[in-house]
Amino acid sequence: MREDRDIMLKRIRTALHGPPGAPAQVAPSIARAYQVSTPTPAAVLLHQFVERVAEYKAEVQTIAENALPTAIAAALAARKALRLAVPADLPNDWLPPAVTALRDQGQLTYQDLDGCDGVLTGCALGIAQTGTIILDHGPRQGRRALSLLPDYHLCVVWQSQIVGIVPEAIAQLATATTRPLTFISGPSATSDIELNRVEGVHGPRTLHVLVVTA
Amino acid sequence: MKPQSVLIELQPKFERNAPAALANTQLRRNMGKATQTIRAKRAAVVDEMPDWEQLRTAGRQIKEHTLYHLDTYLLQLEAAVQRAGGHVHWAADAAAANAIVTGLVQAHGAREVIKVKSLTTDEIKLNAALAEAGISAIETDLAELIIQLAGEHSSHILVPAIHKNRAEIRELFMRTLGIAEISDEPTALAAAARSYLRAKFLSVPVAISGGNFAVAATGAICVVESEGNGRMCLTLPEVLISVVGIEKLVPTWQDLEVFLQLLPRSSTGERMNPYTSIWTGVTPGDGPQAFHLVLLDNGRTNVLADEIGRQTLHCIRCSACLNICPVYERTGGHAYGSVYPGPIGAILTPQLVGVEHARSLPYASSLCGACYDVCPVQINIPEVLIHMRGEVVRQHQDTGGLAAALEPEALAMQLLSQVFGSQATYEMAQRLAQLGQGPLVRDGTISWLPGLLGGWTAMRDLSAVPQQTFRQWWRERDA
Amino acid sequence: MQVALFITCFNDTLFPQVGMATVRLIERLGHTVQFRSAQTCCGQMHVNTGYQREAVPLVRRFVQIFHDAEVVVAPSASCIGLIRDYYGHIAALADDTALAREIAILQPRVLELTEFLTRMGVTDVGAYFPHRVTYHPTCHSLRVLRLGDAPLRLLHAVRGIEVVALPDAEQCCGFGGTFAVKNADTSMAMLGDKLRAVRDTRAEVVVAADTSCLMQIGGALQRQRAGVRTMHLAEVLAHTEDRQ
Ligand code: SF4
Repeated sequence: MREDRDIMLKRIRTALHGPPGAPAQVAPSIARAYQVSTPTPAAVLLHQFVERVAEYKAEVQTIAENALPTAIAAALAARKALRLAVPADLPNDWLPPAVTALRDQGQLTYQDLDGCDGVLTGCALGIAQTGTIILDHGPRQGRRALSLLPDYHLCVVWQSQIVGIVPEAIAQLATATTRPLTFISGPSATSDIELNRVEGVHGPRTLHVLVVTA
Repeated sequence: MKPQSVLIELQPKFERNAPAALANTQLRRNMGKATQTIRAKRAAVVDEMPDWEQLRTAGRQIKEHTLYHLDTYLLQLEAAVQRAGGHVHWAADAAAANAIVTGLVQAHGAREVIKVKSLTTDEIKLNAALAEAGISAIETDLAELIIQLAGEHSSHILVPAIHKNRAEIRELFMRTLGIAEISDEPTALAAAARSYLRAKFLSVPVAISGGNFAVAATGAICVVESEGNGRMCLTLPEVLISVVGIEKLVPTWQDLEVFLQLLPRSSTGERMNPYTSIWTGVTPGDGPQAFHLVLLDNGRTNVLADEIGRQTLHCIRCSACLNICPVYERTGGHAYGSVYPGPIGAILTPQLVGVEHARSLPYASSLCGACYDVCPVQINIPEVLIHMRGEVVRQHQDTGGLAAALEPEALAMQLLSQVFGSQATYEMAQRLAQLGQGPLVRDGTISWLPGLLGGWTAMRDLSAVPQQTFRQWWRERDA
Repeated sequence: MQVALFITCFNDTLFPQVGMATVRLIERLGHTVQFRSAQTCCGQMHVNTGYQREAVPLVRRFVQIFHDAEVVVAPSASCIGLIRDYYGHIAALADDTALAREIAILQPRVLELTEFLTRMGVTDVGAYFPHRVTYHPTCHSLRVLRLGDAPLRLLHAVRGIEVVALPDAEQCCGFGGTFAVKNADTSMAMLGDKLRAVRDTRAEVVVAADTSCLMQIGGALQRQRAGVRTMHLAEVLAHTEDRQ
């Protein structure tokens, strides 16, 4: 409410600076002495990323680029995923002939998505240290609902998309900050029952990651 | 500021609530197991970070800096959210926030809302306010759902149902969700919640969330979660309302790199939580097309005005201080009678509602300092506890009149202050102690003490006051 | 070095043997001990219980008595912790900038016994103590003074001693000053776990750098007739072959 805005701003100013004429305080400064990048070689990052994604109980495989269509087909076949939701701009050659792909131009309803066996997307970035995949819902990723409602998420990550630590990812995302972002670290999970981690609640219960090596 | 918000119990009496909790052996087992598990997980993922201390320091400094310029950053945030197509509302107290949210829900003609776990909305008792307006709020976080179905209050800020074990949850689900038979496996229980809530996610048009961080420069809001219920609420409905305390701000996008490392490792003991959602205003074609941000004060500016207490506003609600606290581990969260239990609750609650409404909370600590060591934003909780105890006493002395001055503790403290005030009175008191204990001593031991001090001798003996003090010995030796 | 002993009111009245041991130990290391008899209490109980206005005269008194000491040493981690972390707050509460200045000047010379020994560069204090002991790091020695393993290093250097590790050593014993009385049940629940840990070590003696925590632990061990004694670190370090 309008008057609340004035009240709050006034309270803040009084709280911070005291009554008029009170001695000024020194503005606190920020020393960023933590690591903002890592010198770790790409091969080590790849290994770390794969290991840590797997620790979240996600399935993860490393493949060469020319093996991608086969790997996708195999993953979908193993999952028996026949109806697949995909972003509108997903490359055609990623899709095996056996599946029915529902290309989302924004026309698919939530019920359509909910009725799919899975979703196939790319991603924006990966973080090796934390085993995180980041979607900025740009190319090959589609809108947020797409990768949320189906119970199976098959996600393709390029080795070149993997950074070492969180600050490196945040820095790369700085240009895309008005886009919605989703950080995914393993399948959905809960620790609400006796603090035992259970994989699979509302988000996709199975996360399958294909890492394409350079 | 009305103490009715924040407090679950008016004027909670921790020392009176604790014994019942301590006597509940099932509760103590649940709590002990849960806190020990999570402590070990946290320690492991914190130890692997070479720059943890530097991150903590940066976390504290960013929060100090933000608070110092809070008015500026709030205005920046407001402008950025509006630029991105969102609406910004300001709420000076709980009643204002509840009125804003209720009004928005009604304007969209909704009878039901889905909610992402949010302490801030617990604090303002939003669900009750919505219910009064005929709107039912459905909690979608598993633990919050358990609490809501059980008609209970949360006992942990991160894992609200930490006090319940799987058998109790199974029984609850069978009774309230109309499920005929289900195992007590956590996987099965989670699946039951999934199917119950899926229908709601797909149909309810309005969602309400809190926010972990709000970036002033860009207007981005960040919600950190595990289950995906957050993503559902933040993505599927037509309308999203986020109630965010004014202390949740960070100045720049870059600042997230600090907190997104500190928070998951401190709270669930993971390198990263399963899902983090960040959005800015409204994105055409993706997610809710109406976004409302409610900025909440509700006592926070009082906290800000206190130079020692101010650091309490750094809190990122990770709950590491609860999990490490030896008092919380044994009593659980309900004994605190507040939406914010544990060490953070012991300092935050009295500041939000006024010390006169929560006098026992700053005393619910042995001042062991374990909380300060784990706090990812370096809040010196023992320092604030001691400061709040001072506030409790000063407030009572200044307003309680003669009755307050005549309370046994106040009298004893006054007397002792005078005793310690001079060597002569001090030494006289020592002699009196040596003499006065006479009737209580048996074989050099005191096993029973009267009144207030009886708490001591319930379990422990007290050595009798020796017949020679140190100074008497020194004098003899010197002579 | 001229060491001004701050005995603390607690040790002075209830545990004089800790003071005597401290004196013997410091003198044995070649320093002179002085006892300024006007000293009473640092004000810890008042400050921690919230009676901070009432602590102002006690803080002034402490500063007045010790301001010209070469070094002040106390066998109490919690009292030193208070002086170091809270005296400044009390001066601010009293709005007394002169006092605040004096405190700031005195503070670096006020040391807990272990800190003093570390500062002097000694680890082997020439003690002899042929017993099985376990060490409980009190919260104030561990998390306020950050003594780390300094007390353990001192203990390990004692001849004849057998030091056994205390399980979950870093857990609070539940004392917490008036907490033990105000929240007696919670305090006892914490103490119960500490006792179990102590008894599991099958040590003869529990050692710590705070008599108050030892009183909590020792009081219960005595009630349980556990046959385990409590001793202040100073008492163990003061022990020699010829003084047993
Ligand atoms: S006070 Fe610190 S440790 Fe406790 S919840 Fe807040 S941030 Fe976490």
